[in-house]
Amino acid sequence: MGIEAALPTDAILTTQLKRVINWARRSSIWPMPFATACCGIELMATACSRYDLARFGAEVMRFSPRQSDLLIVAGRISVKMMPVLQRIYEQMTEPKWVISMGACASTGGVFDTYAVVQGCDQYIPVDVYVPGCPPRPEMLIEGIMAIQRHIDNEGIPPKGPNGKRIPLNIAVQPTHVVRPQPLPIGLR
Amino acid sequence: MTQSKPNLEHPTFKIVKDSLPASRFRATEFRGQSTLIVEPADLHRVMSFLKSDPRCAYDFLSDVIGVDYLGYPAPMPGRFAVIYNLVSSSRDDRFFVKVFLDPSKPTEGTEQDPALVIDSVTDLWPGAEWTEREVFDMFGIRFNNHPDLRRILTWESFPAHPLRKDYPVRGRGEREHYRIVDRTSS
Repeated sequence: MGIEAALPTDAILTTQLKRVINWARRSSIWPMPFATACCGIELMATACSRYDLARFGAEVMRFSPRQSDLLIVAGRISVKMMPVLQRIYEQMTEPKWVISMGACASTGGVFDTYAVVQGCDQYIPVDVYVPGCPPRPEMLIEGIMAIQRHIDNEGIPPKGPNGKRIPLNIAVQPTHVVRPQPLPIGLR
Repeated sequence: MTQSKPNLEHPTFKIVKDSLPASRFRATEFRGQSTLIVEPADLHRVMSFLKSDPRCAYDFLSDVIGVDYLGYPAPMPGRFAVIYNLVSSSRDDRFFVKVFLDPSKPTEGTEQDPALVIDSVTDLWPGAEWTEREVFDMFGIRFNNHPDLRRILTWESFPAHPLRKDYPVRGRGEREHYRIVDRTSS
C-alpha cells in the first residue's frame, strides 16, 4: 500500500466508517461478464496484462452471479436471451451495478431486427453506458472508474420509493483524441 | 448482361432421368453448381435413389435451406423453395436438389398449410433433423415423418415464421412486448 512507509508503525488514522467501507467496496468490484458477442473479446483484453483491469481491483471475473456485484453486458441481447440476463441480474447480491458495454447492448446497434432487444435498459437498470463498437479497453476501464467514483462519493446505489433501483444513467465520453487516419497506400 | 446457356453436363442428371422415368424433372446450372428440380411428391424417392445408387453415392447431406421468392424479379415455379445440398465423399462431388412449393393459405401467421408439407429425409441422413427444424421455424414448411418437428431458433409461442418475406424485419412488436422477469413473478 505504501501508507505504512509514510507513517510510524504504531500510528493511528481516524476517518469515517462510511469512507472506509466505500473505499473497500470500490476497490474490490467483482464483475460478472455477460459476453455474447465481439465486445466480449474486448472485455477479455481489458482483463489481460496489457490493459490490466487488476489495477482497479476489478479483475476477479466471477461466472456465478451470486459472487459478483458488477454486471457487464457485452454484446447484443436476443429476445430469447433476455430472460437469462434478467435472471442473472436478479440473482446478483446487493449492492449491484450494471455496465452496458458497446452499441448493441445499449441500443441494439446495427441489429435492428425482430430478434434483438433494442437496448437492455428496457429490462434491467443500466448505470453506465460505454459507447463503441466495440469500445476500446480504455473506455471500459473509464466506465468501471465512473462506477468507482460514484461508490466513493455516494456509496450504495439509490433506490426509488417503490424499492426499485434508480439507474445512475452515466454515459462515458471518449477520453482519446480522434486523429486523422493514415492515408491508404495505393498505386498512382 | 448476357445470359449464358446453363451447362447440363453433370452426369447425375442423366442417371436420375434414366433410372426414374415416371418422375418429372427440371434441371439448371449456375457457375458449376448443378441443381435438379423435383416435384414435391417425388422428393423422397429421388433422394433415396441419390443416396443408394453407387453411381451417385451422395452419402452426406451438407445443408437444407429454405427460400422465399416473394417479390423475386424473375418468374419462379413457386413461392417457396427447399434446397438440399448433397455431397458425395467417395466421388468428391456436390449436387443440389430443389423443391418448389406454393402456399394455399395466408402466410402472415403460423397457420398450418397442407400445401407446404414435404417428406422428411431424416431416415436417409439423420443430420437433416436440425436443418429441417430450422426450415420449419423460419418458413413454416412442415416435414412428414420428422421425429421432432419443433421450432429450433425462435421460442415456442413465436407468432410468425420470421424469414418469410411478408414478415417485417423489425417484427410485429415481439421484441418490445417481451415479458419482464422479476422476483415476484419468477
